[in-house]
Amino acid sequence: MKKFTVALTLVMALGGISMATQAVSDTGGMKSLRGAKALDEGTRAPTMHKFNKDEEPMKRSYVQQPPVIPHKVRGYKVDLNSNKCLSCHSWDNYKESGATKVSLTHFNTRDGHALADISPRRYFCMQCHVPQAVTEPLVENTYKNSAE
Amino acid sequence: MGQESKGLFARYWGMLTTPAKAAMGSILVGGFIAGVLFWGGFNTALEVTNTEEFCISCHEMRDNVYQELKETIHYSNRSGVRATCPDCHVPKEWTYKIIRKIQASKEVWGKITGIVDTPEKFDAHRREMADREWARMKANDSRECRNCHDFQSMDYSEQGRRSVKQHQDALATGQKTCIDCHKGIAHQLPDMKGVEGWD
Repeated sequence: MKKFTVALTLVMALGGISMATQAVSDTGGMKSLRGAKALDEGTRAPTMHKFNKDEEPMKRSYVQQPPVIPHKVRGYKVDLNSNKCLSCHSWDNYKESGATKVSLTHFNTRDGHALADISPRRYFCMQCHVPQAVTEPLVENTYKNSAE
Repeated sequence: MGQESKGLFARYWGMLTTPAKAAMGSILVGGFIAGVLFWGGFNTALEVTNTEEFCISCHEMRDNVYQELKETIHYSNRSGVRATCPDCHVPKEWTYKIIRKIQASKEVWGKITGIVDTPEKFDAHRREMADREWARMKANDSRECRNCHDFQSMDYSEQGRRSVKQHQDALATGQKTCIDCHKGIAHQLPDMKGVEGWD
């Protein structure tokens, strides 16, 4: 009886250990964009992408696409006090700076009334226009731009 | 013999013009040592007020502008070169430094009266303070920027298309100076209404 108890305890202990290790490392066969990694193994964070420095304006990929920003925007503030984008892209400044001017559609309110300056709903440029970095797509896809 | 016949003033004058050698020596040596101590102490004290630790020992600087600086490229960048408060706000050259230091003594009064001792008060005064710094840098042709950023040393092949254009046109011809375009690069901007190029 005593031998049996010892054996049982050992088996239970070993089983407990193996179950514990299994429970932590088992992903249940799930694969994420980070790949199939056990949960207790850390994955290295991908290196940060560097934004493209300064290029010619880029072609749009589809009709109505907000044109992307072909330059770095580190430190460019757009808030209640100032809008760095407009220092070059506003109708007052675009000629001198040689930048693309803000589209006239940005002067319209939601109800279609044309304002004298940029409509508040279009003030935060980087809600739609974003800088670019050279990256590989995270998953394979068959997207083609509308011109192709 | 003639000594006694001279007047009081003449005797005093004689004493001044023919001092004892020992007195002469001790005054010279003592004066020299005192001078070294005074000048050294003065400069050391001056240099202490010229450090980042001194600037951010007041909460007005530590909690507002210093926190803003931390997010910018002058504080954190790939090469590990860092500009601290006095690099931009205090001239390096002695004459200009002393002038700036005397002007800055006004800030002690500001500290005592607590003119910007809350974030709200600081924001209310931000434009006024920024205007003063912009005017100073405009007037001295951005001298403190140029301590590090020498126009003569710029490599245009390493600069972006837009930078090359601006630097070769506006900066090279002297139409504009650094601060005309590079506002708000180290701290948050105030309300920019009416500032040229910001509208």
